[in-house]
Amino acid sequence: MPGLLADYTLQNVMLGAALIGVISGVLGAFAVLRRQSLLGDALAHAALPGVCIGFMMAGAREMGSIMGGALFTGVAAALLMVALTRNTRLKMDAALAAMLSLGFALGVVLLTWIQRRGGASQAGLDSFLFGQAAATTRADLYPMMILAGIALLGVALLWKPLKLMTFDPDFAAVTGLPVQWLERLLTAMIALAVVTGLQMVGVVLMTAMIIAPGAAARQWCGSLLGMVVLSAVLGALAGVGGGLVSALAPGLSTGPVVVLLATLIALLSLLLAPRRGLIPAWWRRRHRRSHTSTDRILQTLYELAREHGDWRYRVEQGAVDAYHGMITEPQLSTLADRGLVVPAQHMPDEGRHWQLTETGVAHAAEYAQRRRRRFGNGA
Amino acid sequence: MTGLADPTVAILLTGMLVGVSASLLGSFLVLRGNSMLADAISHSILFGIALAWLLTGQTSGPVQIAGAALSGVLAVYLIETLTRTRRLRDDAAIGLVFPALFSAGVILINVFARDVHLDEHTVLLGEIGFVWLDTVTLGGIEVPRAMLAMAVMLVLDAAFVLAFYKALKLATFDPDLARALGLAPGLIFYVHLSLLSGTAVAAFDAVGVVLFITFVVVPPATAYLLTRRLSSMIVLAMILAAASAPLGYAVAFWLDVSIGGAMALATGPFLLLAYGWRRWRAWQQARAAGGLQSPSASA
Repeated sequence: MPGLLADYTLQNVMLGAALIGVISGVLGAFAVLRRQSLLGDALAHAALPGVCIGFMMAGAREMGSIMGGALFTGVAAALLMVALTRNTRLKMDAALAAMLSLGFALGVVLLTWIQRRGGASQAGLDSFLFGQAAATTRADLYPMMILAGIALLGVALLWKPLKLMTFDPDFAAVTGLPVQWLERLLTAMIALAVVTGLQMVGVVLMTAMIIAPGAAARQWCGSLLGMVVLSAVLGALAGVGGGLVSALAPGLSTGPVVVLLATLIALLSLLLAPRRGLIPAWWRRRHRRSHTSTDRILQTLYELAREHGDWRYRVEQGAVDAYHGMITEPQLSTLADRGLVVPAQHMPDEGRHWQLTETGVAHAAEYAQRRRRRFGNGA
Repeated sequence: MTGLADPTVAILLTGMLVGVSASLLGSFLVLRGNSMLADAISHSILFGIALAWLLTGQTSGPVQIAGAALSGVLAVYLIETLTRTRRLRDDAAIGLVFPALFSAGVILINVFARDVHLDEHTVLLGEIGFVWLDTVTLGGIEVPRAMLAMAVMLVLDAAFVLAFYKALKLATFDPDLARALGLAPGLIFYVHLSLLSGTAVAAFDAVGVVLFITFVVVPPATAYLLTRRLSSMIVLAMILAAASAPLGYAVAFWLDVSIGGAMALATGPFLLLAYGWRRWRAWQQARAAGGLQSPSASA
């Protein structure tokens, strides 16, 4: 394994993949929170013609000009999208899908134009479709580092305004922030992240690198800072893991492996995260249901009756449900079977009501006294 | 080499069939604000195509098309399920589901199916230039297989839209009213998207899964800018899509570039023209309304 890690190509792959993971994780966190997840998809597809234009201008597979071209057409497509939605009846979804597919079509046309004229020098342009990590050279890493550096610096410098704009755009506008310009800047920075990843992940799948780490981190964190940091870490994890797998198993494109790893991380987060995770939430509901005894529900009815100074006070079942945060029907039925409560008469358009019986009142009072003795005055 | 198997005729007719059937179904998608589902479906069918290929050794044929179309429906179902957990917004759910299914498809092809008929580039870009090579004989006439598949899908799509036109219209513009009238908009939605998946599978030979999105979204979006009636919007979208095929073919022939790419790209100028016309009309109206008012202020 040490020999493997010292391998020059693998070093490049892991460095590049970590870079992509961090940058797309950081900006993806904002994209997911601002409901702009699919912007990355459109930007990535629309970057393909730019890749070809950059290649044609440089006359060779030169990363600097290819990334410059990709950035240019990505941002141009974003501006067209804004123009379409602002000035016509078209909604954002149609504008996104139109620019994504037209951009990709232009890219395909340019790609075949180069291929049928270029001879051998066009080798490697195809790898921008699905990404080819093993083709990454040390020279490719420098423009990636520069772009990632610019985007991260931008996020750090604009942290406060970006945060405000993400959570409360209306308030941000009222306080005099140039919200429109900030939005354009953020879009440009997402484009930077997308362009950084084109070489390794490819135009088709870069969207997943923007969305999956952000969506995963959202499940674990309640604060923006925590979410951005975790998103970067998870993105880097998926990038390095996928890069390694595809570099070691020739024939596997890098992009799909990275994307499947990132999706797996997102799914695990959805299921397992302690507060928002689906399994912990299900467990808590189950736990609460089995641990809320019939006595506690009887107690609720008793307390309500005491508050109203009426032993025959009728309590709506919905109110008991809401108070305990669960369906209390089974417990109430048990209490009714034990003769402690009875269903009360109610109007036809009202929910079901319950009231205590005399035994019920005695039972609840005894229970309350027992609790007071055990827990002191607090209960 | 005459008739439908003639290369030029085969390429043009197949391209037009793809455009017409995609924009017919796409019109309702654009109106409902679900255009990105076209993106999700057409990427996700790759998983189904790869699986169908692994199981049957074929990528065309009714069973394969129906089977592969299921993965498009699966994508829609997964997106809805993820959204319903309320842990993710719908845009993030779309962006999480289709890249995963697409990646799974690419990896299946990478690992099992290194083959001339099915590699990930063909799936992505299509090869309409070769549709005339693969023909079947139908009643004594030689018909390209892809063209036949597209024609069958177009008939199915048209039959669905004609039979359920009223219900589709209501489910698109007022799903609540449709539900109240007992029209099951959810069911109509799923049938509509199943047909879209099937059409995408039939079209992938010709234009690939990404270029298919162009025909689903761009002609209907263009028509939406030009008319306010649903029926004329659909007809106009189908005409624009059909016109894009010969236009793109001419450009591809002239510049020697991808035919499918050029056909898809040819829908773009129409959108730009429609946008320009809208802007010009808005400017005219603004000038007519207030003589001294500057046009940009009311745009």
